[in-house]
Amino acid sequence: MGVNADYLGRTFPATEPYEVSRVKIADFAEAIGDRNPLYRDAAAAKAAGYPDVIAPPTFPIVITMASSRAAIGDPGLGINYAMVVHGEQRFTYARPLHAGDVVVAQSTISGIREVGSMTMVTTETEIKTVDGELVCTGYGTLVERGSG
Amino acid sequence: MTKFADVTVGEQLPPASYPVTRLSLVKYCGASGDFNVIHWNERIARSVGLPNVIAHGMFTMAQAGRYVTDWAGDAGALVEFGVRFSAMVVVPDDDTGASIEVSGTIEDKLDGNLVAVALTAKSGDAKVLSRARAVVRLP
Repeated sequence: MGVNADYLGRTFPATEPYEVSRVKIADFAEAIGDRNPLYRDAAAAKAAGYPDVIAPPTFPIVITMASSRAAIGDPGLGINYAMVVHGEQRFTYARPLHAGDVVVAQSTISGIREVGSMTMVTTETEIKTVDGELVCTGYGTLVERGSG
Repeated sequence: MTKFADVTVGEQLPPASYPVTRLSLVKYCGASGDFNVIHWNERIARSVGLPNVIAHGMFTMAQAGRYVTDWAGDAGALVEFGVRFSAMVVVPDDDTGASIEVSGTIEDKLDGNLVAVALTAKSGDAKVLSRARAVVRLP
């Protein structure tokens, strides 16, 4: 089954609001082994000019993944999620996420390419505060390994 | 904190090595919400043709991010960060696990006090990230 190229450019509904918390940031920092005080110590973050502890640069994947997964998993697109691997990831940042941010994520399918038996689908996911401020954009490319 | 004026194009940054064990992957599953079985279940990883349990690509990207923010001295300095996942980080079930070796080179200095850093990441002989690049804003 081929991928449905009509999905190129399609934008999916935004996620429910997600509240970035100190505890979740600290857990994520611990999981990646990063001892940076800006991820754990609100006083250190404030001294560095941030409103609260900030999130590591790859933390936004926690928020974008739920949104992009819904897009890639849309049955009409024709991608078998079980056969998918992560090919590329990129983020652009207007500022770091920080504890207290309440954000929504919204994904658009921005690229579909077929190379041999592989299909590559790129989603562009914007993370905005509930007030509409763009904080970060994630670009994820998932590769579906075809059965040949 | 690293200053824009002190950075030279072509400068190589000191390499760093980051460990990754089965425990790292279990923690990362929980913290990220990515519970794909190939990151924690050796039986299923092997059954789908993998050599063993493999690390999340995003765990490897996180180590490259840590490398850049440690060098910059401000974890909020990143403006752009992108990688291609070019090989798997295979994590054996022993007390040592695997390691991810990250190095960087100053690729360019741009308007607005921006510095582009080209990154490489290896695990064993495998180049696990390619086209890895971060842009940071320095004071």
